[in-house]
Amino acid sequence: MSGVPTPPAEKVADRPAEKSWPLWEVFVRGKRGLSHVHAGSLHAPDAAFALRNARDVYTRRQEGVSIWVVLADDITASSPDEKDSFFDPAADKIYRHPTFYDVPDDVEYL
Amino acid sequence: MYGNDVIDPNEPLNAAETAAYDEAAAHVERRAVGEAAGDGFDALIAADQRIEPRDAMPEKYRETLIRQIAQHAHSEIIGMQPEGNWITRAPSLRRKAILIAKVQDEAGHGLYLYSAAETLGIDRAELLDRLHDGKQKYSSIFNYPTLTWADNGAIGWLVDGAAIMNQVPLCRCSYGPYARAMIRVCKEESFHQRQGFEILWTLMRGTEAQRAMAQDAANRWWWPALAMFGPPDTGEAAKGGGHTEQSMAWGIKRFANDDLRQKFVDMMVPQADKLGIVLPDPELRWNADRGHYDFGEIDWDEFWRVLRGDGACNAERIEHRRRAHDEGAWVREAATAYAAKQAAKRQESAA
Repeated sequence: MSGVPTPPAEKVADRPAEKSWPLWEVFVRGKRGLSHVHAGSLHAPDAAFALRNARDVYTRRQEGVSIWVVLADDITASSPDEKDSFFDPAADKIYRHPTFYDVPDDVEYL
Repeated sequence: MYGNDVIDPNEPLNAAETAAYDEAAAHVERRAVGEAAGDGFDALIAADQRIEPRDAMPEKYRETLIRQIAQHAHSEIIGMQPEGNWITRAPSLRRKAILIAKVQDEAGHGLYLYSAAETLGIDRAELLDRLHDGKQKYSSIFNYPTLTWADNGAIGWLVDGAAIMNQVPLCRCSYGPYARAMIRVCKEESFHQRQGFEILWTLMRGTEAQRAMAQDAANRWWWPALAMFGPPDTGEAAKGGGHTEQSMAWGIKRFANDDLRQKFVDMMVPQADKLGIVLPDPELRWNADRGHYDFGEIDWDEFWRVLRGDGACNAERIEHRRRAHDEGAWVREAATAYAAKQAAKRQESAA
């Protein structure tokens, strides 16, 4: 990527400036006490711009008190194809849930 | 000067304020419970579950969604123009601030939707090219001009009202990113429709000239707003080659065009009465047997004519859009250059 401005080409998609803006994923904390939640994504040339754009796109109505932006390319995701085998180890361990246990009905605070 | 008695805030004015919206917004939670459907595309669709970006999906489904979401996104950003050109002429600071916020919202809605389209593996720049080259369309409604201030009221009340009626069912669309974008959009559109109603309400209580202006705007926007629901799904007029049937089977579309149009008419007639506006349709009357309002024939020849490019503003809208994009190129290039320079600096200091 060069810093020299290039003359506008015929197509938007062909212009280096348009192509080179990476995708950022935006996470917004709605209010103090809540975790950041994925709100959407946007293109921006750098992190500072991504934050500002995220503020304008995703928090115009005070939907947030804090924003994270993460390069989409930096996110490693589990594959939907491997969903079954990947999450399988948790499937047969129902004793991890409190409802697994047989206890008398009349015990308090249990 | 604008009393609090203007609009009862508890009275729903548009589809985003009805139970239909709440139900659509809650849909995702209801469905997340029954995860036992299996992971194949058909199984997920049959179980009314959502398809997410990395799931396998038929190529046709992907193409249909890209076309529909892109057209929707284009409509949002082209839709900034008819009202945008009234910002400098808004009659008060209050109206100007509201109009700026509304036009900014349209830009934001365009961005949500382009983001949703990009999850299907297409680049936003490519979609903008298709818009600029006329290969993809935007809603034909924006090819009508905004001649007076009252048009801003009529657009908010009728055009945004119709858009919300169309969009509320899309909150339950089978494609997750599109559905989630629609939930945000509908919530925000609700203010657009109310501010439009309020503009007309204010004018209708003004001078005779102001009332005439409001009535004239409603006369011009009523029929194009009804056409926004698209051609009829059945009968002679349905031959235009719609996508309704397949889109319904895929859970992209939830109601037929005619059903949504009828719902819209039923919602708007009492509001027009309240405003004191006479809707420009001599055939409009309550049909007690059907439990709906009957209304006249829409001029579909005009609809197709405007859609094909022969509207008052088709050329102007695209021309303006291209110019805005071209004139902004140096800003985008400068931002790119700055980011590259900062990245190089960081690399240097790290070395």
